[in-house]
Amino acid sequence: MAYTNKVIDHFENPRNVGSFDKKASDVGTGLVGAPECGDVMKLQIQVDEKSGVITDAKFKTFGCGSAIASSSLATEWVKGKTLEQAMAIKNTEIVEELSLPPIKIHCSVLAEDAIKAAIGDYLEKKKGEAK
Amino acid sequence: MKFPIYLDYHATTPMDPEVFRTMAPYFTEIFGNAASRNHEYGWKAEAALENARTQVAQILSAVDKEIIFTSGATESNNLALRGVAEMYRDKGRHIITSNIEHKAILDTCHYLETQGFQITYLPVDNFGMVSVQAVREAIRPDTILVSIMFANNEIGTINPIAEIGKVCKEKGVLFHTDAVQAVGKVEIDVEKMGIDLLSLSGHKIYGPKGVGALYVRRRSPRVRLAPLIHGGGHERGMRSGTLNVPGIVGLGKACEMASRLLLEESTRLRAQRDRMWKAIQAELDEVYLNGHPTERLPNNLNVSFAFVEGESLMMGMKELAVSSGSACTSASLEPSYVLKNIGVGEDLAHTSIRFSMGRFTTDEELDFAIKKVVSTVKKLRDLSPLYEMVKEGIDLKSIAWTGHH
Repeated sequence: MAYTNKVIDHFENPRNVGSFDKKASDVGTGLVGAPECGDVMKLQIQVDEKSGVITDAKFKTFGCGSAIASSSLATEWVKGKTLEQAMAIKNTEIVEELSLPPIKIHCSVLAEDAIKAAIGDYLEKKKGEAK
Repeated sequence: MKFPIYLDYHATTPMDPEVFRTMAPYFTEIFGNAASRNHEYGWKAEAALENARTQVAQILSAVDKEIIFTSGATESNNLALRGVAEMYRDKGRHIITSNIEHKAILDTCHYLETQGFQITYLPVDNFGMVSVQAVREAIRPDTILVSIMFANNEIGTINPIAEIGKVCKEKGVLFHTDAVQAVGKVEIDVEKMGIDLLSLSGHKIYGPKGVGALYVRRRSPRVRLAPLIHGGGHERGMRSGTLNVPGIVGLGKACEMASRLLLEESTRLRAQRDRMWKAIQAELDEVYLNGHPTERLPNNLNVSFAFVEGESLMMGMKELAVSSGSACTSASLEPSYVLKNIGVGEDLAHTSIRFSMGRFTTDEELDFAIKKVVSTVKKLRDLSPLYEMVKEGIDLKSIAWTGHH
């Protein structure tokens, strides 16, 4: 598979690798994909509870080069965004930025899902706290 | 060292310079058509051809008249299966094979199913081996052919060919074996092993691409084949077309060298392969050997590196040329059917890498490869949420995964 330089750069120098404490109240965790499908992404966001802005993000991904690159890019993009803005990130933007070939589009879909799952997890936590 | 380091000898091999030198004059000076019976050019081409036929026959302990030259093993496999099917269709329409054969066998069998033949695809055990007993039980009165690969191209498992051959003899059924990966790696004797038809390829044994052969038994029994290609009646009428003299000369030379070097080479390759596997096991946890621990090709190492996806692993060690059973490396997005059929779960199939060493693999290259594999797996495991979860003591099977495929 011939990848673009952007994919190779994200693969070789992945941004924001790591984990937050998933129990922390300001952290949302998204875990999407399946080992049987060959890709699993864990994307975590840390949210400033007053402003609702994502201050930091981390990821770990099991998957091919473009899955790793897509999730690395996603962590870069969500940082500094409000939850609403992050929610609006579309997989097609990831495809465009990384010039992913058609056969790798599902990697970008997974990255979008991971962002949404992380935000969803955070919002669930808030709801739980409010009760 | 030359990069990337080539560890994909099952896919193809570089031509041995000695083979290349032997072939060279047959492109330019000795260019005759071997079928030209009336002049020197033709005679010389024919002599070269017959010398090559003897060389190919010798590596199989066959007789030279039993060798049919083809364009490669895919054609040899097609000719064996379709040729027998058409020739013996009035005798029976049942063929037995295994479910981890090369596509050149499986796809030909699928085609034959559309032509009124019934195919039994025998399952293999967890090491990729066909059971002799299963072959015996699958043979029916209308079975005309058993086709079982000598050694598997992905996992290197070697089948009990002599025993299968014996069962076929007892039952009076023809026995074909796709020996593409076995030739030059293990001793082959078509007489002792009861083989009636055998496919081999030039480019897997340091010969040229585009040339192969089919061994077709001439005595007890005399195997007859309907040709796929009609024309001038070359190759005892089984394969028409002007013979590819330079390619065939190369195939012959490659066989001659492979016979001569077999013992020395297989010993060296086995030592290299075992050294690599031991080093990987010493440095990494959660690594699994795919295929048989002992009954395997000396140069094959197929390993699942759990929690690291194969394509990303290959991308991380771009200094190595290897192949993977991961779906992401295939056009179909399906993981390897061979791994699936030996019971490797899809999760582990995605993490498999096949290393295959060969004639020109040096110890220095191997040292580099071992270090590269270990460091890349460690790096990608630091990136793997699965490895992290397992280390935290989470059972991955307890997670409700959200698969997309």
